[in-house]
Amino acid sequence: MTTTTNTATNTAPVPTTVAQPPPRTGARHGPSTLRHGATLAWRGLVKTVHSPEALIDVTLQPVIFLLLFVYVFGGAIAGDTSAYLQFALPGVLVQTVIFASAGTGTGLADDLHTGIFDRFRSLPISRAAPLLGAIGADLARYATSGVIMLVFGTILGFRTSAGPLAIVAALLLVMAFAFALCWVFTALAMLVKDPRSVQGLGALISLPLTFGSNVFVPASTMPGWLQGWVDVNPVSKTADAVRGLLLGGPVAGPAGTALLWAAGITLVFAPIAVTLYRRRT
Amino acid sequence: MAAPPPTVVAMNEPAIRVEGLVKTFGATTALAGVDLEVRRGSVLGLLGPNGSGKTTTVRVLSTLLRPDGGRATVLGHDVVADAPAVRLRIGLTGQYAAVDDALSGVENLRLIGRLLDLSRRDARRRTDELIERFGLAEAAGRRVKTYSGGMRRRLDLAASLVGRPDVLFLDEPTTGLDPRHRNEVWEHVRALAAEGTTVLLTTQYLEEADQLAEDLVVLDHGEVIASGTPASLKADVGGQLLHVRPLHRADVGAVATLLGELTAETPAIDPTGELTLSGTPALLHRLGVRLEEDGVPVAELGLRLPSLDDVFLTLTGRPAEAGPATEEAA
Ligand SMILES: Nc1ncnc2c1ncn2[C@@H]1O[C@H](COP(=O)(O)OP(=O)(O)OP(=O)(O)O)[C@@H](O)[C@H]1O
Ligand SMILES: [Mg+2]
Repeated sequence: MTTTTNTATNTAPVPTTVAQPPPRTGARHGPSTLRHGATLAWRGLVKTVHSPEALIDVTLQPVIFLLLFVYVFGGAIAGDTSAYLQFALPGVLVQTVIFASAGTGTGLADDLHTGIFDRFRSLPISRAAPLLGAIGADLARYATSGVIMLVFGTILGFRTSAGPLAIVAALLLVMAFAFALCWVFTALAMLVKDPRSVQGLGALISLPLTFGSNVFVPASTMPGWLQGWVDVNPVSKTADAVRGLLLGGPVAGPAGTALLWAAGITLVFAPIAVTLYRRRT
Repeated sequence: MAAPPPTVVAMNEPAIRVEGLVKTFGATTALAGVDLEVRRGSVLGLLGPNGSGKTTTVRVLSTLLRPDGGRATVLGHDVVADAPAVRLRIGLTGQYAAVDDALSGVENLRLIGRLLDLSRRDARRRTDELIERFGLAEAAGRRVKTYSGGMRRRLDLAASLVGRPDVLFLDEPTTGLDPRHRNEVWEHVRALAAEGTTVLLTTQYLEEADQLAEDLVVLDHGEVIASGTPASLKADVGGQLLHVRPLHRADVGAVATLLGELTAETPAIDPTGELTLSGTPALLHRLGVRLEEDGVPVAELGLRLPSLDDVFLTLTGRPAEAGPATEEAA
């Protein structure tokens, strides 16, 4: 018998030509960035589908606030609970999407922490692609959490007089605001790194922003200094515009201000976030 | 004006060339001028104790870290100036598995395939191939969160192979694997090397380096303190080591004297009362006989191959640091 099963030492001769070139194109600019961004956004969506808990998380808190406020304070604030629900739900919609937007920061911090970004960075894809992917997937998350909140509100008894177009417009408006804020949370994630601290600090931003507004209580009962803040708070403006869209009332004024705020926040924080991101990755 | 970088590199150009590489983190000097070369199609083992700069070297070579000094090229492409070209040709399995916990094994691999611009079909085919090859079929559809450490490690290795890299970096690829899976990973590395892939792997185990690498480079405190073939490194340590531990600590002195008589050498004595010195089967036999005659009971007596610790002891004159790893995963 001459059969040998030699697996131990491998002294294969060094090939004189490199094994077939890999089928990689190496395109690094323009459309490939978008394509890779879309692929990574797909990753984000699959993650959400696999663990819808994350989505429930961002919706659950506002739901609890909504229930508390409607049934504990609603009668006192608005005379009866269903009138209060009509008043509060549009604002809680804004709050929900802001919480989802804080999740953008946590998700990015997580990716940096677990080393998956190292894998991406060792691949021939543009540096912007992972960030684009994260934000792309998150826009879809904002929309989903907004829809969940609308459905939940409807179950509780919220009734809108608006047509589908106005509802979509309201969702787009809150998404625009969440998009603007996600740059703040991204910048935070790049600065703080540890996912848990990012979550904690994110709450420090999102809670005063949403409670220091007219989301739950009309500003008229607040002390003057607070009214001053509540009046300029972009969350109030966005909530006003959403109320206008869903319940009737002025839309153009508050929506215009809300969009200006969103543009302003994006203009300031997107460059900061991108600079920090480039330094980090 | 610099000439455009050559796209075809002469075959005698090493796959990896590192010259005077320096990297500091604040006050810590992680790399203090590292030089090394890896021949095309060969496997180089980078050895060193915790904190010696192995991971830092791999991260610089895989374009994740910018060096502060020196130069490194992979297949002729500078890792700083020409990083995108390097990324087209390399695969990286980092020290800590870089796979997405929330995705399944299959989804992880397809994701990499799509990011490497494989068509949907090719990405699927390549994924199936690698799942099969790494014995992950059973767990393929499960979220990685539910994987054992070894499965995660194998998936990470598979992820670095999706693009059929010409140069593969493996940072401690078998740490945390059980012996069976360690052997499997070794087989994979051998097969890749046989296909012509250049491999740079770091390890803390001399045995692993011995099994896989044709050449070794030993790092300590960010410097190359030795390099050569496994055989030459072991020769530096002096072949086999004889170790003996008397049952009673009181006998340590007597055994040391006896060894001195037999070899005219002074044995090293460690805190557990084990005596070590270079030895041969003949010495082992003579020592056994003498211990029996003198009625000294022993707990352990035998010959062993030098461990990495022994290499360090010999090369640096002090034991490798045994403190816990202090590196950051960042
Ligand atoms: N990001 C970082 N920030 C600060 N110091 C770092 C960083 N990365 C590495 N170091 C330091 O650089 C030195 C070399 O670290 P490196 O991770 O390269 O060692 P190693 O040989 O891979 O060690 P191990 O066997 O523990 O993995 C260590 O002193 C480490 O603390
Ligand atoms: Mg390391």
